[in-house]
Amino acid sequence: MMSEAAPASTLKAPAARSGEGQTVPVLTIVGCLILIWYAAAIWLNMPFQLQLNPELAGMDLVYATWAAERPVLPSPHQVLAEIWKTTALVDITSKRSLFYHAWVTISSSLLGFAMGTLVGVLLAAAIVHVRALQKSLLPWIIASQTIPILAIAPIIIVVLGSIGITGIFPKALISAYLCFFPIAISMVKGLTSPDLMQLDLMRTYNASQFETFAKLRWPASVPFLFAGFKVAIAISLVGAIVGEMPTGAQAGLGARLLAGSYYGQTVQIWAALFMASGLAAFLVMAVAFAERVTLKRMGVKP
Amino acid sequence: MTLPLALFFAVLLGFFSLEVLIHAHDHAGAVGGLFWTLVIVVWIAAGLLTSSLAKLKILNPTLQRIADLCAAAIFGLTLLFLWEAVTVGFAVPSVLMPPPSAIGAAIANSLPILQADFVQTIVKAVIPGWIMGCAAGFLTAIIADRVPFLRRGLIPIGNFVSALPIIGVAPIMVMWFGFDWHSKAAVVVIMTFFPMLVNTVAGLAAASHLERDLMRSYGASYLQSLFRLRLPAALPFIFNALKINSTLALVGAIVAEFFGTPIVGMGFRISTEVGRMSLDMVWAEIAVAALAGSLFYGLLAQVERFAAFWHPSYRAK
Repeated sequence: MMSEAAPASTLKAPAARSGEGQTVPVLTIVGCLILIWYAAAIWLNMPFQLQLNPELAGMDLVYATWAAERPVLPSPHQVLAEIWKTTALVDITSKRSLFYHAWVTISSSLLGFAMGTLVGVLLAAAIVHVRALQKSLLPWIIASQTIPILAIAPIIIVVLGSIGITGIFPKALISAYLCFFPIAISMVKGLTSPDLMQLDLMRTYNASQFETFAKLRWPASVPFLFAGFKVAIAISLVGAIVGEMPTGAQAGLGARLLAGSYYGQTVQIWAALFMASGLAAFLVMAVAFAERVTLKRMGVKP
Repeated sequence: MTLPLALFFAVLLGFFSLEVLIHAHDHAGAVGGLFWTLVIVVWIAAGLLTSSLAKLKILNPTLQRIADLCAAAIFGLTLLFLWEAVTVGFAVPSVLMPPPSAIGAAIANSLPILQADFVQTIVKAVIPGWIMGCAAGFLTAIIADRVPFLRRGLIPIGNFVSALPIIGVAPIMVMWFGFDWHSKAAVVVIMTFFPMLVNTVAGLAAASHLERDLMRSYGASYLQSLFRLRLPAALPFIFNALKINSTLALVGAIVAEFFGTPIVGMGFRISTEVGRMSLDMVWAEIAVAALAGSLFYGLLAQVERFAAFWHPSYRAK
């Protein structure tokens, strides 16, 4: 758990080395997965289609399984059609638009991400500077993550709702709770990453503790901060989605998932799932982009 | 110097905190300024005690570990104490935040229910799902490592999928595998598969070229070098995945229960008790989940200590 961020960054190296050799294998595997998906759609949807119309056979049956209204497994083109229908063909402010729901989710997850980052960085700075905290607080931060935080999601939302706090803040709180951990841990690592020689140099300059922090520890910790960001942004989205489930929230991707499961709208579930995945990919890429720009401006050679 | 001081603070702490708690329960909601002064005294004493414990330098490593554990334990107990003092002192309605004592009472009073939920969620869903997901991820990683084409294709996909909100498959799994534990185990399998795959592949690449060349110069076969060199070198990565997965598995099973369950299970209990506003029961379930999660995690850490004793991070201690 503690080193969650570390392997992710070490993984980059072999991937980057093999470079252009990745595209073909990735596309091949994705292609295989799509083929398997279509085959599985036939297999899983066939019993019900045969029940509906026992005369179906051959290609008619195959097409029927790919176009069922409430399939057990919708075929990929049905999901894409649903996404197209609920993004491009409806007004963006309408409640039927997936973009609207995605926006609801992303706004609370970003707010949570910001709060979690703030708390994580402050905690890490405190832990690095106060020795007592390192021994007393750090174990509890680690233990806090063995608690299934998401299980508390309904409580936080109900409790805050009953004292009149509704909207995106309770969901953001769940995201923040999930976020602060990877950031705190990677920042503790980052702030302690300057070695003894560099710290001694600051001492010979007669730098105060604050100056050492601002001029040495903080800049040294930036790469670690981004490693934490990458983990945190992904789980902040998960937190927001799960936060939308328990109270029967009206909007958001989590609410779409829940509504879809209540009414048996499988295509809607899959569309929401794809949208959430796209969102996660977009957020992680945005963090990676910010990392590249920041490190370049700080003078790190690629 | 610090040890007698610490003992003094400890005695002070024990005395005052008992006093405060008894007083709080006798005069719930109607406590005076003296009460809060005492609470603050206890708080400060606890802070001083932890900091003096943290400064202790003991030569015996076992005693040092015990002192460190004590520092952490006192910090946790202080949090519990403040929670109790504030909820009882201000008479916070238990719908908002029950005091720890009420949660303890809920645990003691509903052991059979908690046990049934534990069996349904953890024994039937989490553990089998975790084992299957980790095993599948591990085997896939071995195969992917053997076939470079697969590895180059699977690793970017695995990295990508690890960042996705996989928990969203829960409603689909509930539709496919029904309300009982099978669907929860399926969610757990999917959630644990990718971290294991990605970490194991990274771990199998951890053995250095020098070591691999040595194995080759011994004329070791693929299997020999896998079992004697590369899997042991991958152990820290594999245990890292096992630990990440132990938390993920618990979350996956509980959240999947929000989408439909038979009338037993931790997620089911949490969502229904929230509906009935009996938050002490909800917290009791969470305490059980947290305890199970921590024990599982601690057990894995011990097994790792035993299995990867040669690793630098353990040798240093």
